[in-house]
Amino acid sequence: MKVKSPLEVYNYLPRTNCGECGFDTCMSFAAHIIDRSVTPLDCKPLVEEAEKDPKAKKKLEELLELTAPEIAEVVIGVGENAVKIGGEEVLHRHELTFFNPTGFFYDVWDTMDDKTLEERCDRVVSYKKFYVGNFLTLDGFAVRCTSGDPKRYREVVKKVASYGKPMILVALDPECMEAALEEVADQRPLMYAATEGNWKEFLKMALEYKVPVTLRAKDLDVLKSMAVTFKQAGVKDIVLDPVTEPLGEGLKGTFERVIQLRRTAIAGQDKDVAYPIMITPIAAWLIEGDEVTKSYWEAVIASMFIVKYGDVMIFRSLDQHVVMPTITLRFNIYTDPRTPVQVEPGLRAINDPGPDDPVFITTNFALTYYTVESDLTSGGIKGWLLVLNTEGLGVEVSVAGGQFTASKVKELIEETKIEEKVNHKYLVIPGLAARLQGAIEDETGWKVLVGPMDSGRIKGWLEKNWPPKEKE
Amino acid sequence: MKKFTLEEFLDLLKKYNVEEIEGVKIEGDLEIELEGSSIDLSAIAPLYSMLSEFGNFLYHANMALGYLQRLSAALGIPTPFAAQPQLAPAAPAAPEAAPEVEEIKLPTELVRAKFEPYKEEYPNKIEEVVLGATKADGGSREYTITLGGERSLAFYTFDAPQPHLPAIAIDVFDRRPMLAKAVRTHYEDVLDNPAEWAKKCVKKFGADLVTLHLISTDPLLDDTPASEAVKVLEDVLQAVKCPIIVGGSGNKEKDPEVLEKAAEVAEGERIMLASATLDMDWERIANAAKKYGHVVLSWTQMDINNQKTLNRYLLKRVEVPRNSIVMDPTTAALGYGLDYAFTNMERIRISGLKGDTDLNFPISSGTTNAWGAREAWMVDSPIEEDTPWGPRELRGPIWEIITGLTLSLAGVDLFMMMHPIAVAVLKEVFNTLGGNVKESVADPGEWIFMEV
Repeated sequence: MKVKSPLEVYNYLPRTNCGECGFDTCMSFAAHIIDRSVTPLDCKPLVEEAEKDPKAKKKLEELLELTAPEIAEVVIGVGENAVKIGGEEVLHRHELTFFNPTGFFYDVWDTMDDKTLEERCDRVVSYKKFYVGNFLTLDGFAVRCTSGDPKRYREVVKKVASYGKPMILVALDPECMEAALEEVADQRPLMYAATEGNWKEFLKMALEYKVPVTLRAKDLDVLKSMAVTFKQAGVKDIVLDPVTEPLGEGLKGTFERVIQLRRTAIAGQDKDVAYPIMITPIAAWLIEGDEVTKSYWEAVIASMFIVKYGDVMIFRSLDQHVVMPTITLRFNIYTDPRTPVQVEPGLRAINDPGPDDPVFITTNFALTYYTVESDLTSGGIKGWLLVLNTEGLGVEVSVAGGQFTASKVKELIEETKIEEKVNHKYLVIPGLAARLQGAIEDETGWKVLVGPMDSGRIKGWLEKNWPPKEKE
Repeated sequence: MKKFTLEEFLDLLKKYNVEEIEGVKIEGDLEIELEGSSIDLSAIAPLYSMLSEFGNFLYHANMALGYLQRLSAALGIPTPFAAQPQLAPAAPAAPEAAPEVEEIKLPTELVRAKFEPYKEEYPNKIEEVVLGATKADGGSREYTITLGGERSLAFYTFDAPQPHLPAIAIDVFDRRPMLAKAVRTHYEDVLDNPAEWAKKCVKKFGADLVTLHLISTDPLLDDTPASEAVKVLEDVLQAVKCPIIVGGSGNKEKDPEVLEKAAEVAEGERIMLASATLDMDWERIANAAKKYGHVVLSWTQMDINNQKTLNRYLLKRVEVPRNSIVMDPTTAALGYGLDYAFTNMERIRISGLKGDTDLNFPISSGTTNAWGAREAWMVDSPIEEDTPWGPRELRGPIWEIITGLTLSLAGVDLFMMMHPIAVAVLKEVFNTLGGNVKESVADPGEWIFMEV
């Protein structure tokens, strides 16, 4: 955004400290506008005033303009499944954070037979990967027109739309595109793509159907020219595709184009290219080789541009060796580095445990905690889980770094009064904390059992080691 | 008021023999709000096609509506359209339609704009560090590897040429380590013979360097004495002619002794000692590197300030030459803290380029850590609701590849890896971004139409 300090925002606010926004002062609210956790529209008095007074309205619009993200935000789809892309502020995540995770769209095409189409759509919709307390899912479909037949394309688009996920309509032929738009324009699909050859028809459709449009050109002068033309004609929702070339010099060129576009938009303040960027890892399927080679390369291209500025992507492979690494990388890169990923330390009762059930200990690093917790819960293991405050560090690092120590374990045992809840004194520690076994025993007087290296193996480990052989 | 259907309306038009309408230009598409829902969509089609005959495509809905209203007013019949109440003033409103046509006129040519790429120049350069020494320099290596030398972010060759692409070292251990099955399969025949193992890494798997980990020296394992352990190093130096990296067991008390001994027996070979850390006798390790002309790896736990501190100790207190320090800011696996590792390294690299002379050293990554991720080695997800994870033989290498690829974009110059496929793919990535792969795909847009 154009403004950098809360003070600049403050001058636009009512300065009454009414607190309606949930913050004590207007200055505090201004600071949250700067870090993008709220928008000016969250200030009720400001909005109400703007409705009454044209002058106030103008001021609010000015403020909205000043606080708009550097890169335009584009919404694909409607309702709760809608995907927001773009809206970025910085080139490096440590400078603030990246905001809207790359949208993942999977291709289907209109010459697929119905059964295969349904199977593929089902796979996309039902995909789930547990990670840090949540399930990661896929965003939507890219429906390609391979028939060249507007009627068939429309039919298939309609069918895919029934899955309720956002869509990218992939057709260069205006007639086919229009047929699909007539069917699903109200679902706010993203058009792919206006090119130097068809841009006039696509511009018409973008205005008429009020849907976002992708502009595709390898030559950045042409791409920018298209963006300027579309913007001047009144199109706001623009996505730029500088053409993903999958191999060799082409891929190197793609890397350069993507970085130049984003860097020129943010550091060079060129508003004419400050739009979300489309990457098509599916282009990896044009290279020579077997399926594994192609799918690996698809994951490589996707990852390269998840790290570097890709805002929306079209994929082919639904194989886990492509989906899992890319979806995990997306989560990692778009994690807000400003908020430590920690959970509350303390005691958790897993699966309604009793006094004979085991006591485990782990760290309060969110990833570690959720991994252990979900392994215990879904494994049907009854037990008590002590969560140690390691300042958000994982087991290995906190043992090495001195945040996971015997004396801190002792404090936690006392604070949580776990001794009153169980009738034994056995503590299961992570395999990666094995070296603390003796120290914890000395410090706490508990018997320490060294658990497996990975909590996914606790179930098997318990079968052999619980209840402990020599009970006190 | 009589309600009538579109069909009736069309019939009316036919009846009045309306074939041509003068003075009305229609552009764009038709978007009409219909009163009630009884009219099915198929009825729009004939109307649409009829209107298309009159004037290309309709653009603004209200234009189309206005046109129909005027038409129907002229014919003296009410229309079923929502805007019907405005029917009466429709006729005087007609002239207003004309300027509107002007307003929505679409461009027929692109507005030509020039893209001027933003240029980024950094004042500083990453130090160049040479690993290995050939005969000319008193060693016995056949070639050397140079790390660093960047003046821009990784692979931003449009900002400044990148003199050296990242190098890949493959790990070798002096006793059987714990390895994921997918990795172990490739080394089964050499696990008990580090020299053969090193050969396999170089000859078969294309390693640029070999990292020999003397883990048997760990007091909790074999507690091999330092003088004994370094015999394996001598074997490896004999067996392969690439530059060598030597690691200890991670034991804080023992490592300085082991690495010091390694430095001594490898004198002249310019190996890298891995590693000096803040919580062990870094001074002893750094002194050994300095004395025997080796490179020291400065290893910290994901903390840019600690990295600065340790580097400064090495530079100021031990006076290690600037061309003899490589940093390992710690690698966490994809899904297991990679975001921290990435951002920490990226910050270090940018600080170095911007002029922080405590941080402008090449970066090394223990990418083999990727195999700690359960997604890389577990047979399937322990979470019941998860979509099945698919064959782990395919998941493992890609986990190592993506971990490495991500960190290469943060600026890593040296990768320590294990899976041969991961090594091959990452090399291909570096060569591609480095401009060494000439081939390209003829038509990158073919996927748009491809029928598979």
